[in-house]
Formats: sequence, structure tokens, C-alpha cells
Amino acid sequence: MDIHEYQAKEVLASFGVVSPDGALAYSPEQAAYRSRELGGERWVVKAQVHAGGRGKAGGVHVCDSDTAIYDACEKLFGAKLVTHQTGPEGMGVYRVYVEKAVAIAREIYLGFVLDRTSQRVMIVASSEGGMEIEEISAEKPESIVRATVEPAVGLREFQCRQIAFKLGVDAGLVQQMVRTLQGCYRAFTELDATMVEINPLVITADDQVVALDAKMTFDDNALFRHPQISELRDKSQEDPRESRAADRGLNYVGLDGNIGCIVNGAGLAMATMDTIKLAGGEPANFLDIGGGATPDRVAKAFRLVLSDKKVQAILVNIFAGINRCDWVAEGVVQVLREIEVDMPVVVRLAGTNVEQGQKILAASGLPIIRATTLNQAAERVVQAWQNDQAQGVNMRAAS
Amino acid sequence: MSILLDSSTRVIVQGITGKMAQFHTRDMLDYGTNVVGGVVPGKGGETACGLPVFDTVEEAVEATGAEASLVFVPPPFAADSIMEAADAGIQYCVCITDGIPAQDMIRVKRYMYRYPKERRMVLTGPNCAGTISPGKALLGIMPGHIYLKGHVGIVGRSGTLGYEAASQLKELGIGVSTSVGIGGDPINGSSFRDILERFEADPETHVIAMIGEIGGPQEAEAAEYIRDHVTKPVVAYVAGLTAPKGRTMGHAGAIISAFGESASEKVEILSAAGVTVAENPAVIGATIADVMEAA
Repeated sequence: MDIHEYQAKEVLASFGVVSPDGALAYSPEQAAYRSRELGGERWVVKAQVHAGGRGKAGGVHVCDSDTAIYDACEKLFGAKLVTHQTGPEGMGVYRVYVEKAVAIAREIYLGFVLDRTSQRVMIVASSEGGMEIEEISAEKPESIVRATVEPAVGLREFQCRQIAFKLGVDAGLVQQMVRTLQGCYRAFTELDATMVEINPLVITADDQVVALDAKMTFDDNALFRHPQISELRDKSQEDPRESRAADRGLNYVGLDGNIGCIVNGAGLAMATMDTIKLAGGEPANFLDIGGGATPDRVAKAFRLVLSDKKVQAILVNIFAGINRCDWVAEGVVQVLREIEVDMPVVVRLAGTNVEQGQKILAASGLPIIRATTLNQAAERVVQAWQNDQAQGVNMRAAS
Repeated sequence: MSILLDSSTRVIVQGITGKMAQFHTRDMLDYGTNVVGGVVPGKGGETACGLPVFDTVEEAVEATGAEASLVFVPPPFAADSIMEAADAGIQYCVCITDGIPAQDMIRVKRYMYRYPKERRMVLTGPNCAGTISPGKALLGIMPGHIYLKGHVGIVGRSGTLGYEAASQLKELGIGVSTSVGIGGDPINGSSFRDILERFEADPETHVIAMIGEIGGPQEAEAAEYIRDHVTKPVVAYVAGLTAPKGRTMGHAGAIISAFGESASEKVEILSAAGVTVAENPAVIGATIADVMEAA
């Protein structure tokens, strides 16, 4: 789960990480008012969206007056901000953060990630702050400093000093760097983050180490023990289909094709998408219904896939281990009896209780196309979809 | 003996009283696995699936001589259960649980290092389907009937894709020595490399099938190991050619976030290491058959 910059700064502040004075606003009037409350002569107005690259996309404005803030906000509120991370449809701006501008002496990149090679938390830092980490590793790889943390003892002070000195930070500021690094690490581990990024971390003209931006991502699997973090979820920043799926315990990723997929197991779901593509079709989604799927969960998965208007054919591919084919078949039959599905449905069942599952499908009398292998299933669904297209069955469009 | 488990391996099930756990414990017993008991704190003295239940793994090991355990415990408590198994002297643990926090797994891995290598528990999973040595024992949730006994060693991140491979092999009359699920999580107990090392040393395994997916460094690490140390033929499939970058595809670990983590890059890296790559999941079995014929 991602959170907004202002939320990340608030979270990190409670771990001793300093950022400039700022305040949140939900309207241009409020933003202008916030700047007067904050005081000072210069402010930065930042669109709050769950994506990086806001500066280049016009989501960050430096303003010298409250009227300038008002004008900047009028453009931001309600607009869709398109950055290199949002995709072409962009993300809606409903909140802005107003912050007192600081005089920057130097910029540093600081990131904490779960490193899968060492299977530990890794710190990635660079003296080239302000650039994206991908750019830094492509253009200035020699500027990158890395350190992994031994989980039993946590991030040690000497490691923080090492990083600070390698970045060329003045000796007088090293203690502030230690406090910042340890604060981030504690926030990372205590709150089950999977990523903390401060880009840039700046040293100001008056020698303060300050987080100018902050991004945090949390482990969805650990949210159960951090209710205060779960509350920071902002659904306006999520694909509505995906939030609906998540609320129903389903794992869904929307894609651009027209063959809806309902599969168990993430690997098989990806392989099913790949096979559809090889058979000449385009998958509309990734959907893993998970283990132990009940008929009810299968029915919900069906409704979710059908809610995507691009979908023109459906492939159900289940290789049951922890699942049961009879439950899946019941779910399919249940949903096809309840709602009229005017498109081809191909079902492939294999594994646990497959005979009972096949019997339920056959006894239902519904026009379900059955398949026994993955290849056959993909070929049949693509074939059925192509036949529909060829016959000009745009009845839905016509009716 | 086959790698990791055998028909005589004494197995306990942690969390045995759960509905799904009982369903699969019965399956394991039917398959012939030597399941000797279960562990559920507070339910010691009861029975489940006709087996004695103990309060702690320590007691279960003392009473039954259990050597392996299957963890079927809900995600908030699963990491603790794995550590309990390691502490009680369990030699091989399979964790089925999906949804364990990554930080918990970091702690599990660190905890296991307190034991010297020769006594250290081997963990596969979490978020996996388990391990099966066909005709001998099944430690997990896979449908046993889709595996024939034979000489292909399968290792994969995805459970269901492992089933797919095994059933394709069965269609072709080809059997499996052992199939190991290493799971779809970013921090896992055993890597591809760890299992490849065992298959290379296993006389019952003649050919190795490796089923990878997008995300993480473990396929590339395996490729390097295969190039330098594996003499047996290796066939691979990598799922997720159509997966978009930066999106988590179901498995917590299935996300392309760095160079070399996409399916096409992994296919390239594996091919360069001399691995025969099946280009589509429907031909995994046929590709293995071709390689066996050529060998």
C-alpha cells in the first residue's frame, strides 16, 4: 500500500526525521490560508498523488505570494496528473501540500528497500539527489553507496557514519545524518514498510538535514498489525477495479485485452495470460482467486471480470490443489444462472475433485465450453471470441 | 532416498485442526505419507484425522520422533511456528501459508542461522504447494494423482504451474523424482539454487525442470549456478511474458522492479547458461521429453 508524501513525512517525523513546516489543503482557498499560517515568504505547493515524477509533470510549484498559491492550486485541483509512473490516464489531484521553501545547499538520494538477494533491508544512497534512482544507476552508478542491515541488531551507528562520510557530508552534520538514517530504518521495520524513499534529502544553507520529499510503501500482508497505517489508504489513487477486487479477497490487475481470465495461483494466472497471447488473443486481466476458493468467491470473481466492459470472452482455468474443482464448478454454475452472460465461457478444470466438478458443469445444461488442457482452453476461448467477432455479434452494441 | 523426504519420513502438521489442514492431512495419509501427529497450542491431548495433537512442536518431536513438519498456520503466527519447528529439531519444514509479512520472514531466516549448518532446518516456502516424491510421500497440498514416479526433478515458484508441468509429463508417460515448490514470496526459505544443488547430487533425478516467473534475482542466480555446477540437463519455463512492469502479479514476489527481472530477460539469461527454455507453458512436458530423448 502506498501513502501520500504528507502522510509519509508525518509518519517519519515521529521517528525523528525532520522535514520543512507544511500543511495540507483541500481547496485553493485553504492552501492560500495555510501559507499565511505557516508564515515566511516563499512556499512550495505540491500535488498529492501516489506517483513519482511530479515535478516534471507540473505537480510542484514554487510560489512567492498567496495569490500565486491560489492560482497554482486552481490548476491542480481536480486535474489528472500524468507522470512517467501513472500511465497515460494519470491520477486525480484532490489534496495539495503547502510547505515553507528552504534554501538548499546540497541534495542526497536516500532509499530503503527489501533486497531480495541478501534477503535483508538495504540502504541505497547517492550524492546525486533529485534524480530518479533509475537515472542515477544508469548515469552515475559510482555515486551509489549501499549497506545491508543485520536484522538481529538493526542499523548500527557506524554504518550510518560510513554512509554519511562516503556521501561527503561535513563532519559537523554526520550526527544529523545518523538520526535521519536510523529514524527511517526504525520506521521501515516497526511499521512493516517495503520501501522508504527520501529524494531529495537536503542539507540546507543553514546546515539542517531535511527530508524535502518522502515516499513510503507498506507490506499489505502486515497491515493487520498497523491499523493506523491502514487508515492512510486513499482509494482515489487506486484503479477502482483493483480496489473492488482487493475488498473481496481477490488478486486482480487490469490489462488492455478482451479475454477475461479467472485462474487459481499467480504463476498459472500469468501462464494463462501468456498462452492466450500465444493463441492470438489478448488477456483483459490477471486474476488469482487464491487457495480454498468457495463457490461464492468464484461468483464474485466472475462479476468482477464482467464489470470490465472490454471483456468479450471468459476463460476459467483451475488446477486445484488447495482448491476444489467441485466448488469452482458450483460457483460458475451459480453465477451463470443468476446473470445473463452473453459471451463465450470456457472452463478448464484439473486436479482435486475434478470428476465431481465436470459432473456439475455437465449436469447444469449451461452452454459452457469445456477444455481439459491449458493449450486447448486458450485455443478454444480465442477461437470462440474470433467466431463471435467474425459473425459481427455486436448485439450488445446494437441492443 | 529422494531429496528432502521419503516414505519413512515422520511428519507433523502444525495447525492440524483447521478445516483446510484436515482436508490435506487426509490426502497426505491416503497418499501414504507417514504423518504421525499435529500441533495446535491449547489443543494438546485431542486428536485430529485420527492423529494425536500436541501443544508444542517440542512435545510432538519427543513423542513421535517427527523429522519434518508442514506449517498450515494463519499468516500472523506462521513465522513463529516455523521458528518453533527449527528450535524443536525438525529437519525439513514446508510452509504453505500465503501472506506472511516480509519482515517476519527476514527474522525467520536470521533465526535459522543460530544453528550450525549440519543441524539447520531446511525450509521451503512459504506460499508454496509443498514437496512430493511420487510413490513415496507428499508433504503439501498438491493433488498426488497427477504425478508419476520417475526421474524428472521439478522446482518452481508457482504451485499450480508445477501441477501443470507434472500432468503434462504424466500424459507423456514421464515420471517425477521429486517436485519442490519454493513459493512466490520475495523472502523464501530455499532458492532455486538450493534445490538445484540437491537435484544435481540426487541419483534418482536425471533431468531438472525449473519453473520461474517475473521478479527477483533467483532465476539469474540459478542460471549462474547451472552454468558452473550442474551437469544434468535443465529445462525451464518463465511465466509472465505478458505481465506489465511495476505491478505485483498475485505472488508478493512477482513484480518486475529491476533490470533482469522480466520474463524475457530471464529467458535470455537462462538460455545463455545452457538451459533449454520452453517458450510456452503448454509445451513444458514436451520440451522435457525432447531433452530426455536427446540425453
